[in-house]
Amino acid sequence: MINKVVSGAEEAIKDIKDGDTLMLGGFGLCGIPENCITALVKKGVKELTCISNNAGVDDFGIGLMLQQRQVKKMISSYVGENAEFERQLLSGELEVELIPQGTLATRCMAAGYGMPAIFTPAGVGTEVAEGKEVRNFNGKDYLMEYAFDADFAIVKAWKGDTAGNLIYRSTSRNFNPVMAMAGKITIAEVEELVEAGELDPDQVHTPGVFVHRIFQGANYEKRIEQRTVRTRG
Amino acid sequence: MLDKNGIAQRIAREIRDGYYVNLGIGIPTLVANYIPDGINVVLQSENGLLGMGPFPFEGEEDADLINAGKQTITTLPGSSIFDSALSFGMIRSQKIDLTILGAMEVSENGDIANWKIPGKMVKGMGGAMDLVASAKNIIVAMQHVNKAGESKLLPKCTLPLTGVKCIKKVVTELAVLDVLPEGGFRLIERAPGVSVDFIRQATLGKLFADDDVPEMVF
Repeated sequence: MINKVVSGAEEAIKDIKDGDTLMLGGFGLCGIPENCITALVKKGVKELTCISNNAGVDDFGIGLMLQQRQVKKMISSYVGENAEFERQLLSGELEVELIPQGTLATRCMAAGYGMPAIFTPAGVGTEVAEGKEVRNFNGKDYLMEYAFDADFAIVKAWKGDTAGNLIYRSTSRNFNPVMAMAGKITIAEVEELVEAGELDPDQVHTPGVFVHRIFQGANYEKRIEQRTVRTRG
Repeated sequence: MLDKNGIAQRIAREIRDGYYVNLGIGIPTLVANYIPDGINVVLQSENGLLGMGPFPFEGEEDADLINAGKQTITTLPGSSIFDSALSFGMIRSQKIDLTILGAMEVSENGDIANWKIPGKMVKGMGGAMDLVASAKNIIVAMQHVNKAGESKLLPKCTLPLTGVKCIKKVVTELAVLDVLPEGGFRLIERAPGVSVDFIRQATLGKLFADDDVPEMVF
């Protein structure tokens, strides 16, 4: 079996350079590649285009990269929890493309499935549609949206094996599987790395063919954005 | 006049047995607290969960298990988990029966604006544009007027649109209104103690109201 294992986050991201386009998995702070974000901040690469559903919070997730002004452009669907992001956006320091969440996911999917474009009704008649081709199918208008073209996809999984097979846990799955399929180079960080053969093939979410580098991450904080609980009894 | 919970309680009466329902952030989330006994519904959270359960007990929060509002939640017997593309696949292919979401403005032809105030607030549309573009039935839960006292039910939206001609019903602290296919709001029910005239004054869009519009019954 082909071995995809690298020593850690620093080696995994070593050839990411200024100006690259990155996909980063996660929804809010759930299922984000914490180790790789830390390594990217340390490496200090700049002028990045980041495709990610959200932009983290001020002091965690992609927010850490925004603080260091490493991001030239964000492509996201919702950025409401990040005051620094909103400030950079309103002041024009940061270029932002806000797109519908389903469009974001499906443009990743299209890239991973080898399809150049998709048609979606999301955004028809809104400013999202400006400059885009509209096609009518069976009486309903759809926007043509292109597959993403990302240099690297960086995802987080629960378990992975040395062959690059990935299994996600609970709703930390979110964008990770579609992004894993969509990167020219896909980097996966996992909570638990096992030998090939230890994962049940029936349970694999992302086949190893899509993953180029894998490592076992460390010190996951897994910060909770909205801790909501109920009382017993 | 209703409070937020009252709006949620009234909307819950629109839910039918066997519905798959997507609840947006804010008042729509509260609807889950008022689903009548004996009605089986499955709540969808667009980050990748069908069968959203209640908040976890204290100490049992799981950072990997959240809803689209990033709140810690639980699963239920029969829940399933999937990725974001599949999640919007079931939305686009109309497997979700009802979408309930908030709004800043709704127009008399069913347009909705809820994601951006140019120059002031830019949070993004999240999944709202996908939901309103594809959902079979959409109910808006919102305040009838904004903080400045201006009507949010308008002839035409002034803010950037989220979707066009998609809203079927609006429930506010004052009223239940249907959006008519030919344009205009039809007053269906009044909140307790609220007069038709009061609703008329708070509604800038075209309003059709009979003299004997019933009061909501809870």
